[in-house]
Amino acid sequence: MAELQISAVEKVYPNGFKAIHGIDLEVADGEFIVLVGPSGCGKSTLLRMIAGLETVTGGTIRIGDRIVNELEPADRDIAMVFQNYALYPHMSVYQNMAYGLRNRGFPKDQIEQRVQKAAGILQLDGLLDRRPRQLSGGQRQRVAMGRAIVREPSAFLFDEPLSNLDAKLRVQMRVEIKQLQRRLGTTSVYVTHDQIEAMTMADRLVVMNAGVAEQIGTPIELYDRPSSVFVGGFIGSPAMNFLAGQVDTDGRHLLLGNGARLALPADGAPAEPNRLVTIGVRPEHLAPAEDGPLRFEVELVEHLGADTLLYGEASAATGGGNGDKGGLVTVRLSGHHALAMGTVLGLTAEPAQLHLFDAATGRRL
Amino acid sequence: MIKRVTFKHKWLPYALLAPQLLITLVFFIWPASQALYYSVLQQDAFGLRVDFVAFDNFAYLFSDPTYLESFEITIMFSVSVALMSLSFALILAVMADRVIKGATAYKTLLIWPYAVAPAIAGVLWYFLFNPAVGINAWILRAWFGYDWNHTLNGTDAMLLIVIAAAWKQISYNFLFFLAGLQAIPRSLIEAAAIDGASPLKRFWTIVFPLLSPTTFFLVVVNIVYAFFDTFGTIHATTRGGPYGATNTLVYKVFNDGFIGLDLGGSAAQSVVLMVIVITLTVVQFRYIERRVEY
Ligand SMILES: Nc1ncnc2c1ncn2[C@@H]1O[C@H](COP(=O)(O)OP(=O)(O)OP(=O)(O)O)[C@@H](O)[C@H]1O
Ligand SMILES: [Mg+2]
Repeated sequence: MAELQISAVEKVYPNGFKAIHGIDLEVADGEFIVLVGPSGCGKSTLLRMIAGLETVTGGTIRIGDRIVNELEPADRDIAMVFQNYALYPHMSVYQNMAYGLRNRGFPKDQIEQRVQKAAGILQLDGLLDRRPRQLSGGQRQRVAMGRAIVREPSAFLFDEPLSNLDAKLRVQMRVEIKQLQRRLGTTSVYVTHDQIEAMTMADRLVVMNAGVAEQIGTPIELYDRPSSVFVGGFIGSPAMNFLAGQVDTDGRHLLLGNGARLALPADGAPAEPNRLVTIGVRPEHLAPAEDGPLRFEVELVEHLGADTLLYGEASAATGGGNGDKGGLVTVRLSGHHALAMGTVLGLTAEPAQLHLFDAATGRRL
Repeated sequence: MIKRVTFKHKWLPYALLAPQLLITLVFFIWPASQALYYSVLQQDAFGLRVDFVAFDNFAYLFSDPTYLESFEITIMFSVSVALMSLSFALILAVMADRVIKGATAYKTLLIWPYAVAPAIAGVLWYFLFNPAVGINAWILRAWFGYDWNHTLNGTDAMLLIVIAAAWKQISYNFLFFLAGLQAIPRSLIEAAAIDGASPLKRFWTIVFPLLSPTTFFLVVVNIVYAFFDTFGTIHATTRGGPYGATNTLVYKVFNDGFIGLDLGGSAAQSVVLMVIVITLTVVQFRYIERRVEY
């Protein structure tokens, strides 16, 4: 058990590529942190630096009360679960789990006891004599987990451990991993590019983009107050709608490029008149309304059962503006709605549900 | 899906196969059948009479102490060559696997010896170890006080042909080991590092076992090589001497047949060799087909 502290960490690969541009992160003892972001944003790089599999070229990493920058992976008291599981194919399940303990010179009876305990927790009891290739994907995943937990390390590191599993098993294992982590109370850093996985598992999320941490916070914080267009677009599914616009001269309204006029939140809106902004609004926060400021023409309907997703073009209800359409917008309605293609709806959004971002920097206003 | 090639002309596939079949026939099937034929015959000293003697040649062989000694020499030679070339190749492959810059240059250079003809390899080492002019012999004498002489000392002669034969085979083994090493997922090694295994321990407990299919394949190949492909090396250096110390089975076939002119005995020895190579090949195919089980 330990906290993990990452200060101004940078990574420059030997070929000169800068993969991490200074990341600060404090992970509390027992916390489950998820690193999420698009492919190539540096999630694995950061995780592997924590593990000691990549050198740290700037900043410090602290596990517990030790700076581990220069320590070998084995001396960092961490365990890692790899995407391809990295089970030793020539060893039985038992030997796979015992390997790390043997190398550390644990006495035989203690190894036996720990492996049996882990096998019990992970429902691997009957499988200890099997080789990895005789196991299903989910079982291999459990062995990889078992290998991590027998060591009772101060932190678990996961690099996309579920991405080789089918959708159903992925949901099941996601729950199992989370429950196991709760039960053991071990500090964990988990890498994924699946935002559902990220939202459901994380105590706190780190959204990464091109080597920087765009935002760090709880899933709800990130959903409610994304700090940038990037985070807004990345968290939440279907993705947030973005419309270009500008603050009206009265400072109380937004003028969309398509001519629609939306009211700004009354409380302390950053109403600098004429400022160019990007407006973000989630599909679930757009509601049909006869006299709504947006005119929406349905182009595609998806029935998900619990929800109905509408895709279409939004424009101004009153006409006018510069005449351009508002761009593609997704609307999420709960329940069933039998809407034909080409149906025209009025749409409205609560002022409080509008997210305002600077048009140039993409930062939240 | 297996791709099938279809030919328009019926004769084309046969025409394409013909050269290979012809070569096999002329250089393998024909001599092999001749060996089988001669192995049950005996010629008198003047080449005037040929008698059918059934298995007498074989019975004689296995009661001949020089033949049994040659067997021992061959086994010792093969095992030494295999051990030496495999271990050096493995060390080189492990080192080349870690090299990032200029890896191609290393690999290319390491592959060169394979292109050297066995006899040339023999001559090369013969000169390096020549008691009068060889630098190696000189170093041994000057630094270690060892008086190397492979023309008189049987052990030295054996060592010489082992080194010459192994050196040539290192390249081949190196290629296979390197390919084997590169097929081991990096994450396994990383997992072992996190699991607290030192680099040496990682090698012996993870890398080496995972290389075992490659190693097994190479052991068989190397033994076959040492048994059969080293005639040139021996002929160019020790010629089986001194006093038969390096008279391996293959060299003895040549010696007895073409120098001693005992065609029947020599043919019988060839047949024994054939049986050995067939056995080794079968063993190899059976295991390679099934892959070595982890
Ligand atoms: N050894 C390396 N040398 C140079 N650049 C590298 C190296 N490894 C990774 N990179 C680069 O660093 C960036 C981050 O890579 P990283 O593997 O951390 O991405 P990731 O976020 O884990 O992506 P994914 O979701 O696809 O796994 C990428 O642009 C990648 O090309
Ligand atoms: Mg990755």
